[in-house]
Amino acid sequence: MSDKGGTVKKLMYINRKAPYGTIYALESLEVVLIGAAFDQNISLAFIDDGVYQLAKGQNTEALGVKNFSPTYKALGDYDINKIYVEKESLQARGLNQDDLMALTYEDEDDDWAEKNSIHIVSTKEMSDILEQQDVVFSF
Amino acid sequence: MKFGILVNEGPYTHQAADTAYQFALAVINKGHEITRVFFYHDGVNNGTRLTTPPQDDRNIVSRWSEFANTHNIDLVICVAAAQRRGICDSGESKRNGKDTDNIAPGFRISGLGQLIEASILSDRLVVFGD
Repeated sequence: MSDKGGTVKKLMYINRKAPYGTIYALESLEVVLIGAAFDQNISLAFIDDGVYQLAKGQNTEALGVKNFSPTYKALGDYDINKIYVEKESLQARGLNQDDLMALTYEDEDDDWAEKNSIHIVSTKEMSDILEQQDVVFSF
Repeated sequence: MKFGILVNEGPYTHQAADTAYQFALAVINKGHEITRVFFYHDGVNNGTRLTTPPQDDRNIVSRWSEFANTHNIDLVICVAAAQRRGICDSGESKRNGKDTDNIAPGFRISGLGQLIEASILSDRLVVFGD
């Protein structure tokens, strides 16, 4: 793409909004997918109502809007496999990892073994991860 | 220092559009650089020249246009977000069979790659929104 400098930065996308009700989640995912073409070091964080974006079994039929949740399952194919979900946000909503979609990737350094992309982390761990980033997009 | 600026909210509805402008102005006044201002989500509405605020209020759109003109700042509106919200330049207008365009002077429409690129080329990306 247009960045030929070979710079690799750590880019973090923070998702804090529910998947429906506002367009933030959908348009955030669009940035993530476009950004994947830039060969950067990408992480995603899901906190607050953002954890609902990864909820299993989303059905938007009655809303009349598109259910875009299957797109998250493609992230692994875009080499996006560091997906951090805040434990406290899940707990506050009565959710745990079993309520989330299984997001996986194939590890090219480990004979393409299928691995889990989702990491449940505490607020403290999330803050450490954020500290390490060069760029933080907040949606 | 080089700053990239992301504006995620619309003018008049949300303080973010004003704060982003004030911040951009301060960046230039302090002798720093702006790699690009990128408008996303309802932020694309910062770039319609058809905005007509009351005369005793600030004109957020023309304020951006003048800022871009004076300091040669790249103001980029996301094409996908703009199409959803009815912001178009003459090319987009023709391509989509519309009878007019409404992009304000100093703005241009381009893709999300411009946002990612700005984030890579800047020392800091500052996001204005909720």
